[in-house]
Amino acid sequence: MNFLSLFVLIPALMMIGLFVSKNRKQILFIMTFGASLQLIFTSVVTYMYLAERAAGNMAEMLFTADTVWYAPFNIHYSVGIDGVSVVMLLLSAIIIFAGIFASWKIEPLTKEFFIWYNLLSLGVFGFFICLDLFTMFLYYEIALVPMFLLIGIWGSGKKEFVAMKLILMLMACSALLLMCILGIYYQSGASSMNILEIAKHGIPLQAQYYLFPLTFLAFAIKGAMFPFHTWLPDGHASAPTAVSMFQAGVLMKLGGYGCFRIALYLMPQAAHEFAWIFIILSVISVIYGAFAAVAQKDLKYINAYSSVSHCGLVTFALLMFNQTAMTGAILQMLSHGLMAALIFALIGMIYGRTHTRLINEMSGLMKVLPFLGVSYVIGGLASLGLPGLSGFISEMTIFVGAFQEADTFYRVLTIIACSTIVITAVYILRMVGKILFGAIQDEHHKHLEDATWYERISVVTLIAAIFAVGSAPFWISAMIGESVMPVITQLAK
Amino acid sequence: MAYSSFLQMNEEFSLLIVMISLLVFDIFATEKSMRYFQPLALVLFTLHTVINCIPRDAFEVAGGMFHYVPMQTYVKTILNIGTLIILLQAHQYLNDEANRIKKGEFYFLTLSTLLGMYFMISAGNFLMFFIGLETASIPMSTLVAFNKTDHKAAEAGAKYILSAVFASSISLFGMSLIYGTTGTLYFNEIATVFTGTSLQMMAFVFFVVGLFFKISLVPFHLWTPDVYEGSQTNITSYLSVISKGAAVFVLFTLLVKVFPKIITEWQHILYGLAVLSITVANLFAIRQQNLKRFLAFSSISQAGYILLAIISGTALGMASLVYFVLVYMFSNLAVFGVLSVIEQRTKKVLMSDYNGLYQTNPKLSIVMMIALFSLAGIPPFAGFFSKFFIFSAAVQQGFYVLVFIALLNTIISLFYYLLVIKAMFIDVNDAPIEKLESDFPAKISFVICTLGILIVGLISSFYNQIAVFSFGI
Repeated sequence: MNFLSLFVLIPALMMIGLFVSKNRKQILFIMTFGASLQLIFTSVVTYMYLAERAAGNMAEMLFTADTVWYAPFNIHYSVGIDGVSVVMLLLSAIIIFAGIFASWKIEPLTKEFFIWYNLLSLGVFGFFICLDLFTMFLYYEIALVPMFLLIGIWGSGKKEFVAMKLILMLMACSALLLMCILGIYYQSGASSMNILEIAKHGIPLQAQYYLFPLTFLAFAIKGAMFPFHTWLPDGHASAPTAVSMFQAGVLMKLGGYGCFRIALYLMPQAAHEFAWIFIILSVISVIYGAFAAVAQKDLKYINAYSSVSHCGLVTFALLMFNQTAMTGAILQMLSHGLMAALIFALIGMIYGRTHTRLINEMSGLMKVLPFLGVSYVIGGLASLGLPGLSGFISEMTIFVGAFQEADTFYRVLTIIACSTIVITAVYILRMVGKILFGAIQDEHHKHLEDATWYERISVVTLIAAIFAVGSAPFWISAMIGESVMPVITQLAK
Repeated sequence: MAYSSFLQMNEEFSLLIVMISLLVFDIFATEKSMRYFQPLALVLFTLHTVINCIPRDAFEVAGGMFHYVPMQTYVKTILNIGTLIILLQAHQYLNDEANRIKKGEFYFLTLSTLLGMYFMISAGNFLMFFIGLETASIPMSTLVAFNKTDHKAAEAGAKYILSAVFASSISLFGMSLIYGTTGTLYFNEIATVFTGTSLQMMAFVFFVVGLFFKISLVPFHLWTPDVYEGSQTNITSYLSVISKGAAVFVLFTLLVKVFPKIITEWQHILYGLAVLSITVANLFAIRQQNLKRFLAFSSISQAGYILLAIISGTALGMASLVYFVLVYMFSNLAVFGVLSVIEQRTKKVLMSDYNGLYQTNPKLSIVMMIALFSLAGIPPFAGFFSKFFIFSAAVQQGFYVLVFIALLNTIISLFYYLLVIKAMFIDVNDAPIEKLESDFPAKISFVICTLGILIVGLISSFYNQIAVFSFGI
């Protein structure tokens, strides 16, 4: 147990606090206080990480700690972080913080909602700090099941069907993952389930051929790779606002992070063999997601498909096996997390006022909701990659990195993937133009109230983060750049 | 023969003392003093559980008829705790006007089945084993038909006794063939001469069928749903947890101790049965509306999962098996406890009756949800750990495909467990079950179960303790 375990401990304590809390005020106080504490703690850890690196500590993982948990199975509780985990932790802390303000007025069963929400956050924080396959899987699963109740109870639309579909699809991929984890551990012959240990041992090539595609697929499903993305649009659309934000912002990133940390790192040889399949699937996701977004009428569905498209770029870049592209992939996870969360927050707020999410039933909202409107435009622009905002940095890095591969196959696919920028512009600008500008058609929309103070906090936090990443990306990309090196070295073997 | 060696059978003697003192109390107690019967019984049984929970060194009694190893203490303690929880949950039922006079019988019958299981677990000889098996079965059938005026219970009792006798007779026939081919009934002697000739294989198959029946594996499960549905809920939980838990442990020890030479053969058999049990039971469970039938199928599929630990035949498998039974006990008893409280008061057992339960009975719903999540193998509840260990034990021996099939089935099982959770938490109901207040013993049982589900997984010392003795088997 070292201080990293606080990441898990804070949500756990918050859950206990919520359990005994009596009224709405106390609940919101606990949530705000806890999430702020988490955010501050994450910033402190980031600072400590950078300081440690600046002091010349070049270990692969910093702040590691290891406790034996289940000795007969060599299961350890081992934690440690590198630059990639730091970025993911920051992302999670920001989104969880913003999510609380976005669901300030959640009804009914406020207490239960936040307990489940905290369990989700406990799961993702745990996943990002752990180095042991078993504990990673444990946290991965913890971050899954609350979704059923969160969507089922507080969702909208066909929520029961969607909750069941989402949970079963994701459970299927965790079942696959569990199989792979057992396979990885027993085939490697390592003396613990620690990934650093397993990477040292290496996995026999024959076993890698089975395990890599399955592991990668299991994580890629979580990252909504075509043709297994179908859980995502429904899930995003039916979930309550904070959960949509969380799902798009953090949960999907578990997939990308897992591909990076487990699949590529532990099974590099097979990764070379099978990369082409997943690259093609990623490019299909990128293009298909963008086109699907163009065809949608529901705001949440548009952004869900846009998530498919953006997250396709993550796996695409990860499989390029060079430092620039991989850095881009992690940056893309960060940037997509922030902007998807922002847009889902705004959609939730707009829906709360207009009671519709269909774009042809709204128009001219900019006149009555200037704050939300402007924020929506910012989110949209970040999504289509405007320089100065986070999307530009990440997509630029990805395409530059991908184009470095001198192979025709890679170059052609890169060019195809690049075209997503244009399609993204189509659906973003169309959506923004349709709902925000023009004359107000619906009489009821003339008297809408603009954002309340808590909504403003949520939105401003996310926009500030997007600006920060977009305008000063160097320290982040430097931090990621050196942290992806171990994986690159593994892959170069 | 030194008769003093009989005194080493601590567990059995202390249980016997509890049983006889309860019987005597029941006979001589006046109407008024019967009020103290249940508290006395619970205290005595708790004492019995506590004083017998420390493992001792291995020993033999009666020339190997009774063979004790330390691991058995853990198994017996698990069964004790399970029985205690069931007795706590049955408290309410036995205080009903109609059942008040049957209290003594209920306790005596329950504890004598438990005694039978003790002997079955510690047997070192097939005769002893058979006596234990029958001592466990015959009182059980009486318990199944405990509501004797109830048509369904009577039917369940008849079904149970007929199929149990049939299964035991087949098993007995197998034992006689084993005796015929090996010339001995002692486990350790059979192990050396049992090489798996075709007659011996036949004997083996006949024999294990009796146990498979007890564990209710597909295709020996056909009695299960009807009996579970017909009998009183606390008895159902006894059948599904205690009876099954003892039988799987015995199956493991027998296979490893007595039939090590035909390990590949019995692994094949278990492989098929595991796949069948898990899959068939899961598919049937999806369609059930009656929660007791639903849990019958769920427990059949859980039994299939337990086979994954047995099939490995290793010490790791042994430890995982006992751990699985422990966790399964807490989870299943919590579910059955909620069921019994609700059935007791409202006579409602259909899944649709549970719609909107969370609005009126949040505590019961939460207990039930935690237990169902644990059964489905969702972290951080103990069920996740027990399933993981079982899969791990099987994968270690190379059963990748089997584990994969089992994992696919966990998704199906999650689906039907979620149906119940959905009913309780998500579905709306204009007339949900009214607010219920369960009595004090039932509350204690829920606390024990919930704590068990939460703690046993996260704190590894439970598993490590069990693992210490798993190598002795």
